[in-house]
Amino acid sequence: MSLPIATPSSKRPAATNSCRVCAPLGSVLAFRGLRGCMPLIHGSQGCATYIRRYLISHFREPMDVASTSFDESATIFGGQSNLAAAIKNLVTQYRPEVIGVCTTCLAETIGEDTEGILREITTEDPSLPPIIHVATPSFKGCQYRGFHETVAAVLNTVAKGGKPMSHVNLLPGPVSPADLRHLREIVEAFNLPLLMLPDYSETLDGPSLATYAPIPEGGVSLAEVADAGRATATLQLGATLEPGPGAGLQRDFGVPLVKAGLPIGVRATDAVLDSLAALARGSASRSSDLDSVVPSWLSAERGRLVDAYVDGHKYVSGKRVAVVGDPDLAVAVAGFCAEIGLIPVLVASGALTHRMASSLEALGLAPGAFEVMEDADYDSIQRRVVELKPDLVLGPSKAYPMTRALGIPLVRIGFPVHDRIGAGRILHLGYRGTQRLFDEVANALLTHQQDSSEMGYAYQ
Amino acid sequence: MSEREPHTGPSPEAFREEIVKSYSGKVAKKRAKHILVNDPEVPAEIEANVRTIPGIISQRGCCYAGCKGVVMGPIKDMVHIVHGPIGCSYYAWLSRRNQAATGDGVANFIHYAFSTDMQEEDIVFGGEKKLAQACREAYAAFQPTAIGLYATCPVGLIGDDVHAVARQMSEELGINVFGFSCEGYKGVSQSAGHHIANNGLFKNVVGLDDTPVDHPFSINLLGEYNIGGDAFEIERILDLCGIHLVATFSGNVKYGDIASSHNAKLNVVMCHRSINYMAEMMEKKFGIPWFKVNFIGADSTAKSLRKIAEYFGDAELTARVEAVIADELAKVAAVRADVASRLSGKTAMLFVGGSRAHHYQDLFNEVGMTSVAAGYEFAHRDDYEGRRVLPSIKVDADSRNIEELHIGPDDTRFTPRRTPEEIETAEKKGFAWRDYDGMMAQMKKGTLVIDDISHFEMEKLIAVYKPDIFCSGVKDKYVVEKMGVPCKQLHSYDYGGPYAGFIGASNFYQEIDRMIGKRITRLITPPWKQQTA
Repeated sequence: MSLPIATPSSKRPAATNSCRVCAPLGSVLAFRGLRGCMPLIHGSQGCATYIRRYLISHFREPMDVASTSFDESATIFGGQSNLAAAIKNLVTQYRPEVIGVCTTCLAETIGEDTEGILREITTEDPSLPPIIHVATPSFKGCQYRGFHETVAAVLNTVAKGGKPMSHVNLLPGPVSPADLRHLREIVEAFNLPLLMLPDYSETLDGPSLATYAPIPEGGVSLAEVADAGRATATLQLGATLEPGPGAGLQRDFGVPLVKAGLPIGVRATDAVLDSLAALARGSASRSSDLDSVVPSWLSAERGRLVDAYVDGHKYVSGKRVAVVGDPDLAVAVAGFCAEIGLIPVLVASGALTHRMASSLEALGLAPGAFEVMEDADYDSIQRRVVELKPDLVLGPSKAYPMTRALGIPLVRIGFPVHDRIGAGRILHLGYRGTQRLFDEVANALLTHQQDSSEMGYAYQ
Repeated sequence: MSEREPHTGPSPEAFREEIVKSYSGKVAKKRAKHILVNDPEVPAEIEANVRTIPGIISQRGCCYAGCKGVVMGPIKDMVHIVHGPIGCSYYAWLSRRNQAATGDGVANFIHYAFSTDMQEEDIVFGGEKKLAQACREAYAAFQPTAIGLYATCPVGLIGDDVHAVARQMSEELGINVFGFSCEGYKGVSQSAGHHIANNGLFKNVVGLDDTPVDHPFSINLLGEYNIGGDAFEIERILDLCGIHLVATFSGNVKYGDIASSHNAKLNVVMCHRSINYMAEMMEKKFGIPWFKVNFIGADSTAKSLRKIAEYFGDAELTARVEAVIADELAKVAAVRADVASRLSGKTAMLFVGGSRAHHYQDLFNEVGMTSVAAGYEFAHRDDYEGRRVLPSIKVDADSRNIEELHIGPDDTRFTPRRTPEEIETAEKKGFAWRDYDGMMAQMKKGTLVIDDISHFEMEKLIAVYKPDIFCSGVKDKYVVEKMGVPCKQLHSYDYGGPYAGFIGASNFYQEIDRMIGKRITRLITPPWKQQTA
């Protein structure tokens, strides 16, 4: 299944300090959310190594990724035997429940028919575990695309129709393990059975163990994903996704697709809870009686958040902010910023969707009051930031050199965060995640004000 | 913590058999040749530098990583443009911790990652124009001293010629622009990339600046990449000794230093694997002798300094070096004795790189620890068995594809620093030239040596032998630590360091003491799940 996500043209200039990374990384991340899955990258072995080391240094968790290790002859004659050997060896060593195969630009450049080869391999040996394939050439799109293409491929390969069931499919997008755990908590608080794809909340934020499991426990099983075609609805998070990986379930099995932005901020979280409440009540119509359906602890968290907005308004109001991240995260965070009185002057992403500006306008941001940069690199972002002079940046750790040079604070969000611990535990979503974000933003501004004040007041 | 016997569990022979058995036929046969029980007296032949089997999870990277990431990337005032889709440049952006000093008006582009960010159209129609444009943009924005162009996997396949673009851009921009055909699929690991980088530097940079180096004791330090500030510590020590460092290949180095490196009087080699080609080529073309040193370990540092002093044979230099050693070792001694009182008898395993898995054994020895298992990620047989096996190493298809430069003496600049007679006389007195005895000669009898260890084997090794510390890289770190064994990263140093030289030795002893002494793993099992006696 190919997603209509825009790809940049070659007219794009060379990148200086890129703001995006390649598609197979997003694919591997998504595969990590399947139970018992071993990701296998078809192509050059360096890609698996680089992707592993990059994801590991963000999550600080084991992340095994296998490779078909092309040599020069495979590069010339194709990697069929490499793929067959790799699958066989993975099965011998790890006994995975599923193997997720994504491709590198090497395999894609030589025009490898990976799908066809896999069909042959599995026909020859029916005892092999299920294999899911997704084409992820890194010259098309970026990790954001690779992630969603993989979710789509999993659904396309595994989901089946049948008698309707009571659960909800949740497609959360590339959020943190802490976000995934919180989303599960929220949905289950509505007494809605949940199928979340992917779910790396445990596989990428697991405990220290007395006995080590080579493939970490956790994740959504293929048997569960098979039921995706029988769900009550699919809730797909991500404002810029159009139509997104949930569309296939609607098309093939008639599962209603409910779209929402990432729940960051009071209004955005209200909207998601509103949808969940409607699903919980077994009706697609909006309810005026939300109060009886929304769990009381969520109402309490909302109450505390609004109270904090009131308390902290004087510290954040009117401050200018730049946001950098994956398109859906950047849009949602900018929406939150606007909600608390910060002025988003720049919203930037390395990905290209052509929908960030309209998504921001849909959140109520005044057209023309903010700049959007898609398909951007940090060099060009920094040039705009120098002009626009924000007081604060929200973004990945790659934005640090820029904020350091400008002497402004950075609140770390999204991926990658390599210069702090706990990247997998950054909670962005829900009232609780928003609360954390709000406190951190206000305190970052306060710290900056204190540090740059001659008086250094300790009572604000 | 309770003391553990250095060897518990099955015999190494039984372990080897067990591991090999767990693979299927062909794979078992192949892996068996990479796993040896060591005998230092007669190092056995180990299989190394051959292709990793598909589906066997390896620590290895690619040719591009070895070329751009390891050898070329640290040259601080060059702009390195990666020609390919975005991932390759992004992954090599600050992900190795080679540091570079700023200041003195020297440009430092270590914090930048340049990529042509190839899109589908570029793959179809070619990306040379885009690469040329990237050079122009980089030059306009940064005015670097030189530009390196690095080919990634698709580039070779679609026929883009980075060397042609380099020639064209050299002419147009008036600076040295040179290319590397270091596509990721070449060779079997990053080792191929080291070789390609050595060749490229030798052809395009070394020898460009003939300005004489006016110092009686001038050397180049080859194969030191300044991870965690190691080169800074070595520079400090050499400076105290009055030894002049012309160029380091390639930690904390400027392009111009490498251009004049052929004026030095001696080459000393740290990482034999990644840079021995350069040492050999410079000796053949310019007459600069080389020998192996090791600045990892306090005693090893002292030994290396003494050898350099012996080479120069100057009484004043020798006295100064001895004074520095005495002074520095005295400072190290107290820390070493204190740490050894806790760590003596403990065990280490080292699986990393092409030299570190060997070098770091010296540090462990210095505090009384034993290295019970070790192996390299991408080394060749000579790094295990010593250079004596060089003539017997088979050249397979993967190695044959990496260009071997045939170097003869330079017409005008070949000036042997030592005559053949002097070389021979020194040799007779026990002075080793072009020497490297490899890892196996130093490891104890009955220890395990495993080449290109797989993730699967590593997990078994740790589960069976529970070493007190495991040295590896970030890819393995969290697996090892989940198993309750501390893992010291010897690629990034866990963001610590330096560990080279004298200050580095003290740092390392203390770091290992902290890691082995930490008791957090005792908390893994909660009290309500602990078995009562």
